[in-house]
Amino acid sequence: MSQSVYDRIGGEPAVNAAVDLFYRKVLADDRINRFFEGTDMDKQAAKQKAFLTMALGGPHNYTGADMRRGHAHLVERGLNDSHFDAVMEHLGATLKELGVADDLIGEAAVIAESTRNDVLGK
Amino acid sequence: MTKVVYQGCSYERLDDESVLRCLLRNGIRAPYSCESGACQACTMRAINGTPTTVSQEDLKETQKALGYFKACVCRPEDDLEVTLLDDAQKHKYQMEVVEKTWLNDEILRLRLACEESFDYRAGQFINIFKGDLIRSYSIASLPGQDAMLEFHIKRVPGGVVSHWLSDEVKLGDPLIVTGPMGECFYHEAEDVEGLLAVGTGSGLAPLWGVVRDALMQGYEKPIILCHGAMKAENLYYVNELRELEARYENFSYFPCVSTPDEAELLTDLSLGFPNDVAFTKQPSLAKWQVFLCGHPEMVNNTKRMAFLAGAALKNIHADPFVMALPT
Repeated sequence: MSQSVYDRIGGEPAVNAAVDLFYRKVLADDRINRFFEGTDMDKQAAKQKAFLTMALGGPHNYTGADMRRGHAHLVERGLNDSHFDAVMEHLGATLKELGVADDLIGEAAVIAESTRNDVLGK
Repeated sequence: MTKVVYQGCSYERLDDESVLRCLLRNGIRAPYSCESGACQACTMRAINGTPTTVSQEDLKETQKALGYFKACVCRPEDDLEVTLLDDAQKHKYQMEVVEKTWLNDEILRLRLACEESFDYRAGQFINIFKGDLIRSYSIASLPGQDAMLEFHIKRVPGGVVSHWLSDEVKLGDPLIVTGPMGECFYHEAEDVEGLLAVGTGSGLAPLWGVVRDALMQGYEKPIILCHGAMKAENLYYVNELRELEARYENFSYFPCVSTPDEAELLTDLSLGFPNDVAFTKQPSLAKWQVFLCGHPEMVNNTKRMAFLAGAALKNIHADPFVMALPT
């Protein structure tokens, strides 16, 4: 039985370490930070954590429909592939910074990538 | 088999059942969402017994100190008595007005006495009721140090409750109060390099409590307090804070004015907004604890700036100055 990336990198504590790093990169990025203006930072961080947990193959119960609903208002404001790419970039950089092996980062990227169409409402 | 106690009733917890599931199975409408320990929607508070380590993972140190835990991932080995977070807001205390002193033209110091025991941490807030109207005020006093509860009431133009407290309420009058609430208080945390407090106007109230709390508890790392107002006359507790600064080597106090008169340019006040002054004094906030209170826009901007300057989100404490709804 193959273990998830989530378990192999140490589960929830590892994700906790990743959340601030990841969210800080996202907020500092002028390409995408306008989508986060006016949001409650603590709630937003909890969502980032849920996203990272999911991308790493950890426990979650988000569906494609949730993803669509949750991002529809952003799609209306112009959320597109370039923004999704920027987030993917930060995901990879965050995991690299935490010393996660390249092949595991690749696995996480595949899962995150699988949400693209739902997030962008395609 | 262990029990979950809620509002005086005991519920047997089935093997491997979470505290949340146990309460839901017994018809208690506790809030929840992800049921995997991520979203924190089911956070509740233990008032007797100890929540599991797993169920407190990722909560703020302040929340842990108050006994908060995530009920969906909590499977305790012993009995646990809990309250839902909404419950804390329901008990009404009657407090007596024992002092009213104007600290400057617009800020009133209100001191209240409470006959019942009222457990709080310096920096938390309470709700004061005027009939159906409810307003939140931060607690400026320090338990154990100050005999009375202290509040700084800014007389807001057109503010019904602040005008009522300023102009109509008399010494000896009873006030109806709920609380305490909020997580803006000092707590020991490992691996922290210093404490930054930034406030505007009557937002000094909780910070006055938090800073003294830290100092009295023997905190030895640097503490920086930046308090801002438009002009020097809008500041208050300047002498008290200067005295504190003289007494404690690790404490630095920067009174800031954003639109100074010419005469004020010659004083030792800092010029600019308190958050800007704070970042010139301490550009990197990695491993710092940050306390913010006052103007909502200042609080939100500074929260973001503090996070980008390296402060961990769990170490940034901001009082949410949102109005409570009448219940």
